[in-house]
Amino acid sequence: MDAKGALATAFDVGELGFEPTEVAPQLHAMAMNTEDSLREYLRLFVRIPLLGRIGPLASTFDFVADAAPGVKEILGVGKLCYEVRERHYDLIVVDAEASGHIVSQIGAPKVIADLVQVGLVRDQTQWMLDILDDPMRTGVAVVTTPEEMPVTETIDLLGRLRDETGAHASAVIANRVLPAMFSRREQAVVDRLDDAMELLVDVAGPAVATVVDAARLTETRRSTGAEHLDRLRHWLESSGDVADGLPIITVPELFSRGSGPRVVSLVAQALTDELDPEPPSGVDGRG
Amino acid sequence: MVVAELDNLLASREMILVAGSGGVGKTTIAAALGVAAAQRHKGRILVITVDPARRLATALGLDEFGNTPVRIDPKAFVAAGVKVRGEVWVAMLDTKAGWDELITRHAPDDATRDAVLANPLYENITSRFVHSHEYLAMEQLHDLHATGDFDLVIVDTPPSRNALSILDAPNRMIEFFGSRLLRWLTVPYRSRLFTVASKPFYQVADRVLGSRFLQDIADFFVLFQAMEGGFVRRAKEVEALLRDPRTAFVVVTTLETAPSYEARFLARSLIERGMSLGAIVANRVLPVALATSAAAESAAGLLEHADGELADSVAARLDAPRKQVSAVLEQIATRFDDVALVAARESDRRSELADLAPALLVVPWLEGDIHDLAGLGALAGHLRDGG
Repeated sequence: MDAKGALATAFDVGELGFEPTEVAPQLHAMAMNTEDSLREYLRLFVRIPLLGRIGPLASTFDFVADAAPGVKEILGVGKLCYEVRERHYDLIVVDAEASGHIVSQIGAPKVIADLVQVGLVRDQTQWMLDILDDPMRTGVAVVTTPEEMPVTETIDLLGRLRDETGAHASAVIANRVLPAMFSRREQAVVDRLDDAMELLVDVAGPAVATVVDAARLTETRRSTGAEHLDRLRHWLESSGDVADGLPIITVPELFSRGSGPRVVSLVAQALTDELDPEPPSGVDGRG
Repeated sequence: MVVAELDNLLASREMILVAGSGGVGKTTIAAALGVAAAQRHKGRILVITVDPARRLATALGLDEFGNTPVRIDPKAFVAAGVKVRGEVWVAMLDTKAGWDELITRHAPDDATRDAVLANPLYENITSRFVHSHEYLAMEQLHDLHATGDFDLVIVDTPPSRNALSILDAPNRMIEFFGSRLLRWLTVPYRSRLFTVASKPFYQVADRVLGSRFLQDIADFFVLFQAMEGGFVRRAKEVEALLRDPRTAFVVVTTLETAPSYEARFLARSLIERGMSLGAIVANRVLPVALATSAAAESAAGLLEHADGELADSVAARLDAPRKQVSAVLEQIATRFDDVALVAARESDRRSELADLAPALLVVPWLEGDIHDLAGLGALAGHLRDGG
């Protein structure tokens, strides 16, 4: 949904459009585009025989996009719900907009239902809400990193999902988590290592101080991040129904290059390791 | 960069816009720039922020602050050991209140004002429409500058997926008032249906969205159009202010892939638009020493001897179990590669950014998060001698 070409880079496929591309066997990818979504909507539901007659869509599209509240959002979320309803896929994974926008996206059918009293769009909000609000069919996976603002925003987002939409959080994923370096006893050694620095320098050269500093810096980073994850965990445990004791799934910091198929496969492996290797029975795969 | 360059920027400009992608520490840098300015120069400095982390607000001694600027208590600076010569004020951008103020200011009469504020679509439209957050940030900047109450106004611009929307916001507002869209929205509803050329589109819109909804929208924009004169004039003033030589942009980024790509894009766009790029701040940067070959060689040497005589002598010196010492040395040496790799990538990005900006201020990764004045004071120090 948040198209900046990041998904195309992740799969290394040049460019993605509104028409799905098969990027790997049985795996299709598309980039959302509200104008194409409008075109498809009009073709499917309004059944205009000559679409050309309504004029250049792009210039009149302003109307839909800017002036009418919720309409742009519903074109995006409507397309997703349509694909779910038609069962074109077994699972649809949505790279949603940034956390500030996701609530208005998921909440669009409700906004439309409140604001629009009559008309075709209003009639279609109910089946969208049925899909979005059903925890067996729709789940929101909230992704964060172990830092102050991302954790605060995650807590804020989980609260807003509960208060402003009917959607359910299904997973909280902490990305780029640094693994622990030292046990507590080892940490005590690290803390006093300066007392033996000249012994290290004799063997490994003067730059060894930099190497030790790097370890301390990484460890401080890790423990600061762990405190933020503890804050998140504590909130999840005390939040009642909103997250219902959701565990935090962690993906380690990979220290690899920013994007591309290599990172995708490493993260996929990390997620597989974290998740239950035995798939629970009775889930229809839309989780 | 020499210390004087940031000081000069803070002394010569009247407005500084702090821009960048989300999550790079933009708000904290904006606040620290305010402190840096107050450390160096006398005068009144205002930092406008959007939705600061609550702990930052609390740390500033401002449990609640809103549209109206509040001064940070000088005693709080003294208590934190931060010496300032100037006054630091802070305000927070409130979009809803900002819109209400705009409507009140531009409405030709009380009846129009009340009708707009009471329109059922008002809140929905203003919160979504034409990047209203960005536009309001610009408006508030202009306002506060126009009062003449402050020597320097620093604006922490709203995080934006595309930072350009901030720069384009005033123009987009002007364009909106001249657009076909607004003309169509405000044509009397009945006659719209009978305009032959556009009839099919309206029929479709009518069928899909319903005439009542279209009428509500039309009502709102008819009222809104009455305020065109005021809005357009203001938007032009805001636009001029963005290009004014007294205004400078500071782009904040980390040296990670995505934020630094955005920062480069933003910096180039500013230059293309004839806006003044004052400095780029590279935040949370690893020490350059990590990327040196000397450090890599030391790490390799450490690994080689981690389980040898070195472990014996260090264990004896620290009076610690040899097994733990050996494990620690091995861990330090092996984990160094990851950090060194990141540091190497960072210095590559760093030189790319340095080519773009008149000044690149490098702020090291600091322990913990900053939520007090002492922390801001330390950060201000890094900014003033960073580079």
